[in-house]
Amino acid sequence: MISEYTAKHRLTFADNLCKGCDLCAAACPKKIIKMDKTRVNAKGYNPAMCFDIENCIACGICAKICPDSVIKVERDV
Amino acid sequence: MAKVVYEKSRGLTDNPLSYCPGCTHGIIHKLVAESLVELDILERTIAIAPVGCSVLGYDYFNCDGVQASHGRAPAVATGIKRTNPDKIVFTYQGDGDLAAIGTAEIVHAAHRGENMTVFFVNNAIYGMTGGQMAPTTLIDMKTSTSPFGRQLEGTGQPILVSEMLSQIPSVYYIERVAAHDIPHLTKAKEAIKKALQNQVDGKGFSMVEILGTCPIGWAKTPADAMEFVKEKMLPYYPLGVYADKASNAGQGEVK
Repeated sequence: MISEYTAKHRLTFADNLCKGCDLCAAACPKKIIKMDKTRVNAKGYNPAMCFDIENCIACGICAKICPDSVIKVERDV
Repeated sequence: MAKVVYEKSRGLTDNPLSYCPGCTHGIIHKLVAESLVELDILERTIAIAPVGCSVLGYDYFNCDGVQASHGRAPAVATGIKRTNPDKIVFTYQGDGDLAAIGTAEIVHAAHRGENMTVFFVNNAIYGMTGGQMAPTTLIDMKTSTSPFGRQLEGTGQPILVSEMLSQIPSVYYIERVAAHDIPHLTKAKEAIKKALQNQVDGKGFSMVEILGTCPIGWAKTPADAMEFVKEKMLPYYPLGVYADKASNAGQGEVK
């Protein structure tokens, strides 16, 4: 299960690897990531999602802090 | 044209990590894996996994791996490195493994100046067995076996591994870094790469101590655990280079 969020930049989440630890949401300088309480992934966690991709600056901080390598960040797609 | 800012390193396998949510082991695995790829040594590296949470490390690093008995990773690494001197051998050990049952092995490997790299992840607790007090647990820190907080009287001072090993003349490089935010992760990766490069260059014993978290064992959210590292662990475990023969820095300077 892959979730893609695309505007100027693109975030790709490998949903089933996410453990809902919230580190990406806490680290995001734009505060545009949260745990999606409406979904449960294969591990039984609420996976991370981006709710405002328009404001993403593709800094890569969410991906670097993620212990489970869930997030891929692409600039200028 | 899209430029990839970050994606999963090919130094890691596709196996999902068995660690608890928010555990810094996953982050530190990524730093080690990325460093192996960037130094172009992944194909000739052998990882030595410890006993503890990272016992399955050989499943996650995309290189060959061996799992050693509790605390014996430096001894196993010594044997592998001596019989395969062209391989890059690193051990990845927690504080229960390296600073408790494996103290003898790490001290002797350091004294022999073995040409290997040690990654020592210090999260001040026995994570895998249920959050018991470790030799590295901070004074007044509550664990399942120190419910009123660790007391100096009776359990002594938390072990300062980097400071201790930096006194050994045959040590080449020791640095303590932390994994609680992005600036410190950048520094941690630099230290990890340096420690591996030292082995490639045949310099000798290199160790990087990385301060990590155990959100479950500490009974904190992952984000709060990162704050705990910053506020409580950094004052007792100061970051910095403790020994570096390349620049004669640190306490372990050799005459």
